[in-house]
Amino acid sequence: MTTASRRASLRPGKKSIATEPGAAQRASRRRTVRRKRRTNSVTMGIVGWFLGIVFFFPVLWMVITSFKTEAQAYTNSPTIVFRPTLSEYSAVFHSGVWPYVANSAFATVVSTLIVLALATPCAFALSLRPVRKTRDVLFFFISTKMLPVVAAIIPIYIAARDLHMLDNVFTLIVLYTAMNLPIAVWMMRSFFLEVPGELLEAAEMDGAPLRRTVTEVILPVVAPGLAATALICCIFAWNEFFLAVNITATKAATMPVFLVGFISSEGLYFAQLAAAATVATLPVVLAGWIAQRQLVRGLSFGAIK
Amino acid sequence: MTAIAPPVASAHRRVRTRSEQRRQSWVRRAPLLPALLFTIIVTQLPFLVTLYYSVESWSLVRPGSRHFVGFSNYVQVFTDSQFRTTALNTIIMTVGSVLIAMLIGVGLALVLDHKFIGRGVVRTLLITPFLIMPVGAALLWKTTMFDPTFGFVNFILRPFGIGHFDWISSFPLGSVMIEMIWQWTPFMMLLVLAGLQSQPRDILEAAATDGARPPAIFRELTLPHLRRYIELGIVLGAIYVVNDFDAVYMMTHGGPGISSANLPFYIYQRAFLGFQVGQAAAMGVVVVVATIIIATFALRLIFTSFSGTEEAA
Repeated sequence: MTTASRRASLRPGKKSIATEPGAAQRASRRRTVRRKRRTNSVTMGIVGWFLGIVFFFPVLWMVITSFKTEAQAYTNSPTIVFRPTLSEYSAVFHSGVWPYVANSAFATVVSTLIVLALATPCAFALSLRPVRKTRDVLFFFISTKMLPVVAAIIPIYIAARDLHMLDNVFTLIVLYTAMNLPIAVWMMRSFFLEVPGELLEAAEMDGAPLRRTVTEVILPVVAPGLAATALICCIFAWNEFFLAVNITATKAATMPVFLVGFISSEGLYFAQLAAAATVATLPVVLAGWIAQRQLVRGLSFGAIK
Repeated sequence: MTAIAPPVASAHRRVRTRSEQRRQSWVRRAPLLPALLFTIIVTQLPFLVTLYYSVESWSLVRPGSRHFVGFSNYVQVFTDSQFRTTALNTIIMTVGSVLIAMLIGVGLALVLDHKFIGRGVVRTLLITPFLIMPVGAALLWKTTMFDPTFGFVNFILRPFGIGHFDWISSFPLGSVMIEMIWQWTPFMMLLVLAGLQSQPRDILEAAATDGARPPAIFRELTLPHLRRYIELGIVLGAIYVVNDFDAVYMMTHGGPGISSANLPFYIYQRAFLGFQVGQAAAMGVVVVVATIIIATFALRLIFTSFSGTEEAA
């Protein structure tokens, strides 16, 4: 496509653009555009940093408050200069947080592993060797994400009660697997679709059995995708509250439940609350920071690369 | 496939190919089945049971109270003014939060689309609210931000003559929405930013060189390109926000009264605090039907526009 035709297709009907200015005029204009862009980027930098700090501020304030004593946290004008203390953290860690951490970690890791084990072959059958009705299956998966959990919680609760599976971390694992499976299937599918067709054809021409094609050709290409999918599943499982609060009590309760229980038993003390919230949120925030390049893809069900 | 051995040779061959085909298609389907069956059992079965519960009167705390009542639960749902209020709250919350988050998200994405020093760090800062555990985020806003006496919001607004204003009691729905907007803006920003960065640069540069003014470029080129990204963000954001429970539960507990309760919270209250299984189930069914009607339509539209060309089916 030539520049002229592109310009014409760009803004049809706008004459001012379609008329060809002189070469010198164009060059000078390009220079001003460039200069403008430079000053622009300084302004944008200031605006960007300002907005970034505004958005991050509640989190920053949480972390700052967590290093204060309660007296420092409860002041009419916020205390900025203070000697940081770890006493609130030690209060959190001495309040029996570890079983909750263990439950959360176990539920998160195991459900994520099961999700990957189920989603990977499924995504394969929906991408590289598509079955008939692929679209219908895909839309079935995503439609389960729209169904409000609250409408399913009563039968789930009653079934768990009758099976003596209430307050059991394995019940949570089953539910978290179902919660994350659709995302993982869509996401893994988008990674499978990126496997170059020539690679597959070459493997098939060589007469390699399917298993070898999968392990030696496909898996290396989609391995980063597996990692990204795992991280997304971990984030959602770790943060999940509604199911956890309804079907667990003491033995299987997870971090969000701990956070809520901690508040209601200890009362609303800012510094302590901030320390507990920092501990509870830290793993996912770190995971999300590391995985931020892949975050968009996971959040958009693989629609955006 | 060799299990079937009909006497006639030609028929034999035909059966063989057909059973061979069938076997092949099952081989293709096999990797798909575990995930599909699991999802059907865990997500669809409970809804069928909910459907069944919804025609019963059943109080969890009174054993033996369970009996068939037909559609009377549904009649109650539709005549329940609290259900209508919470339904309206849900709509206000979802539409308001998602649209405002999208507007701010577009703004942030436009800023992040420029090169500046520390852009990666700013991007990291901006996505953090989305990663914060929703329960924790709601607690933070309720206490360190919105507290009438010690909260940061009132501290900032003090020069403007706002004293110990109680935001959560005065604007319960608004306060919950602010928290949700804070959490969901990064999501919108990320999607829109991906859209902006997938824009062909040479076209933009050509337009700028030819003297098109930035607002015109944005309106005529960028916005049409972003459209499907914005639509996708709105649909996906709405899926999550409409089901939000954590923020309402932590910040206001639906109160005062039911003024900030949304449907998930209201149904939860009915089931687990009121122990009215039948009624809660009927509400759940109504919500599911409504969601399905609205969402399948939107989802198909959006995802077809994204992956329409690569569909194999």
